[in-house]
Amino acid sequence: MLPEIGQFSLILALSLAICQAVIPLVGAHRGNAAMMGVARTAATGQFLFVAVAFGCLTYAFLSDDFSVLYVANHSQLALPTLYKVSAVWGAHEGSLLLWIFLLAAWTLAVATFSSGLPVAFSARVIGVLGLLSIGFLLFAILTSNPFDRLVPAAVDGGDLNPLLQDPGLAIHPPLLYIGYVGFSVAFAFAIAAMISGDLDRTWAKWTRPWTTAAWLFLTLGIALGSWWAYYELGWGGWWFWDAVENASFMPWLIGTALIHSLAVTEKRGLFKSWTLLLAITAFSLSLLGTFLVRSGIIVSVHAFATDPTRGSFILSFLAIVVIGALVLYAWRAPSLDSEAGFGLLSRETFLLLNNVLLVVATALVLIGTLSPLVIEMATGGKISIGPPWFNVAFLVPTIPLVILLGMGMHTAWRTQKADTWWRLLRIPAIVALVLGVLIPLFVYGRVSILLVVGCAAAAWIVISSLIQPLRSLWREKGAAGITRSALGMCVAHFGMGLFVLGVTVVSAFGVESDRALQPGDSIEVAGYEFHMIGLENVQGPNFNAIEAEIEIREGEKFIATIRPQKRQYMVQKSPMTEAGIRAGLDKDLFVSLGDQLGNNTWSVRVQYKPLIRLIWLGAIFMALGGLIAISDRRYRSGKKVRETAPDTASDAAEATA
Amino acid sequence: MKPRQQRMLAVGLAALGIAIAAGLTLRAFQDNMNLFVEVSDVVAGNHPTERNFRIGGLVVGGSMQREEGSLLVSFEVTDTACTLPVQYTGVLPDLFREGQGIVAHGRLDDGGVFVADKILAKHDENYMAPEVADSLSKHQQDIQDAAVKGAVECGSSAS
Repeated sequence: MLPEIGQFSLILALSLAICQAVIPLVGAHRGNAAMMGVARTAATGQFLFVAVAFGCLTYAFLSDDFSVLYVANHSQLALPTLYKVSAVWGAHEGSLLLWIFLLAAWTLAVATFSSGLPVAFSARVIGVLGLLSIGFLLFAILTSNPFDRLVPAAVDGGDLNPLLQDPGLAIHPPLLYIGYVGFSVAFAFAIAAMISGDLDRTWAKWTRPWTTAAWLFLTLGIALGSWWAYYELGWGGWWFWDAVENASFMPWLIGTALIHSLAVTEKRGLFKSWTLLLAITAFSLSLLGTFLVRSGIIVSVHAFATDPTRGSFILSFLAIVVIGALVLYAWRAPSLDSEAGFGLLSRETFLLLNNVLLVVATALVLIGTLSPLVIEMATGGKISIGPPWFNVAFLVPTIPLVILLGMGMHTAWRTQKADTWWRLLRIPAIVALVLGVLIPLFVYGRVSILLVVGCAAAAWIVISSLIQPLRSLWREKGAAGITRSALGMCVAHFGMGLFVLGVTVVSAFGVESDRALQPGDSIEVAGYEFHMIGLENVQGPNFNAIEAEIEIREGEKFIATIRPQKRQYMVQKSPMTEAGIRAGLDKDLFVSLGDQLGNNTWSVRVQYKPLIRLIWLGAIFMALGGLIAISDRRYRSGKKVRETAPDTASDAAEATA
Repeated sequence: MKPRQQRMLAVGLAALGIAIAAGLTLRAFQDNMNLFVEVSDVVAGNHPTERNFRIGGLVVGGSMQREEGSLLVSFEVTDTACTLPVQYTGVLPDLFREGQGIVAHGRLDDGGVFVADKILAKHDENYMAPEVADSLSKHQQDIQDAAVKGAVECGSSAS
């Protein structure tokens, strides 16, 4: 009964989504207030019905209702409750429902917090979100109904993929999806602005917090996925340039460019059409990611089961969204002219470079991800692009990006005097260079050009992001101090610095060694002694495992005991490697069990990963920076940005400079 | 700067960046493209000799052997028509076992043994890399045809 209610709710949600899309858009066009008023009501209604559907599916999992095909395929009686909940989005149909639910939730949030916006504008935004919702609801109802029945019902389910039975992965998809779907809000703002032809600095002010919010969730989602891959896939890498990882990374790169471009549009009224294009691209890349994951056309650990109808549906939807948006853009963008100018040495220039480099980085990832497909279609040859290519190619735009970042933060809008700029930055630059040599040389005992570049760039970013907050803390007590926006920027950039340091050090000094080990034996890796004390069988709720007890010592000093496992899941019969990790801010020591070589001897992979935690800690700081920026007070006032704000007044004079 | 100059600067920088990226991309592609070669083609000698490539197929039942006390493992991979001996030193992936479809990355040594530096077995038990699935189904078709027309030996069906 409940699954049918769920399905009816989805259909009702679709009807409401149609009302939410059509009526407000027509109303905004005609200037009919009553019709525009439907937007909020329809969005609320749609959210409620989608929530009911989502609740029904969750209940089906919790109550082990194996008469529902999706539940029977992805759950099992002995599955722990947490994973019964996360199994809801553990495969295609349910994750699509999660996507729809989050889209409805973002729409509701926009409807709730848009009271400061002009009625026609918010009606258009909600209308566009309704259009997107129609597409996804149709997708679910026509090709991927999660409520399909299984007759006769199964006695027990097929169990959730053991890889997904992990707390990190329980929350990774929701976070990632909040980010993905969140870019639909920026997209809707862009479309609404193009329909009305009215794009000013106020528009950028409205769009910024929504975009930053989506971006910060995407950041957390990707970082969590990376962390999960590190400990759960069992082999200690943190990024594999896998097609699906890339699919989430591209919207992140473009989203980052969009955040920076929006800053210019808000502060200076520049880059308007560019910002629109980025907003369209960010969401289109989110859709492309969905297409890649769900069509099965790309080889990946993440790929869902292949189904051509689903692939062609998403591809058509993608085509409609992208072509529609670009046609509108081609029609409207030429009328968005900005009059302001800026000097060669100005924050605008640095943000422009930031955007160019981020777009180049995205293009590289896109080329690397899609070229195997293109080459196969053109020549029939089957190739793959390995991580070594990405690792090298990606450095080309990102090294200048991180160096320019530290400069751009301290450059004024419009135009910056070169001598004051140099006076401020020369000491941090020298300190960063010195640290860039000292960190690798004295802490880790080796230097190379790339290491100096990486460490100096990290130090450079960290130092320049500390200047402003520290100044406002110590020197200007009682003064207005730093705004939340600026503080958010500094915190996020500080996180970027930590990230760069982590990546540099772990890539250069990480040690990885495959060895044979049996109880009573010791091996030495990277100056640490790993002693296997014993092996024992342990029993989990739905798996059996062999657990090794390994003691780590550094010389005479005891460091930790870790217990890596090799699990055998009972229903899916698949083995899983559960790594033993001694985690620390300075280094991780990591042991995973390979295979049994005979008797009690096991092959093990032992790893020493210095500073790897900084990679995820950096991402947390980036997200935190986003959160601080959103909390800036100016986003809460509904006031329009005064078009005669001080910095635009003297533009004519500046333009000649 | 005037808006026109601004735009020219933006376009110029974008074009420059993209040109550099495209040049580097193409250059690096040459070295990093990993061609997939069918086992039958490797046996027939149609494979790159100067660089690494990938092969894929099923691990032949009973072919897996370990060297005592070391991580060296050798086994055979088949596309159902031909088989190829493979050697690998290191930890095998969780889903590696006889009868399972795998992809190996490496090169052929002088003795006709494929020395792998990377072995992939996908995480889904039923999942098979599209290349491997294609290669297997093609040769299974050959075998069915052969049953009608007469015996086909390893090598004769290689395309």
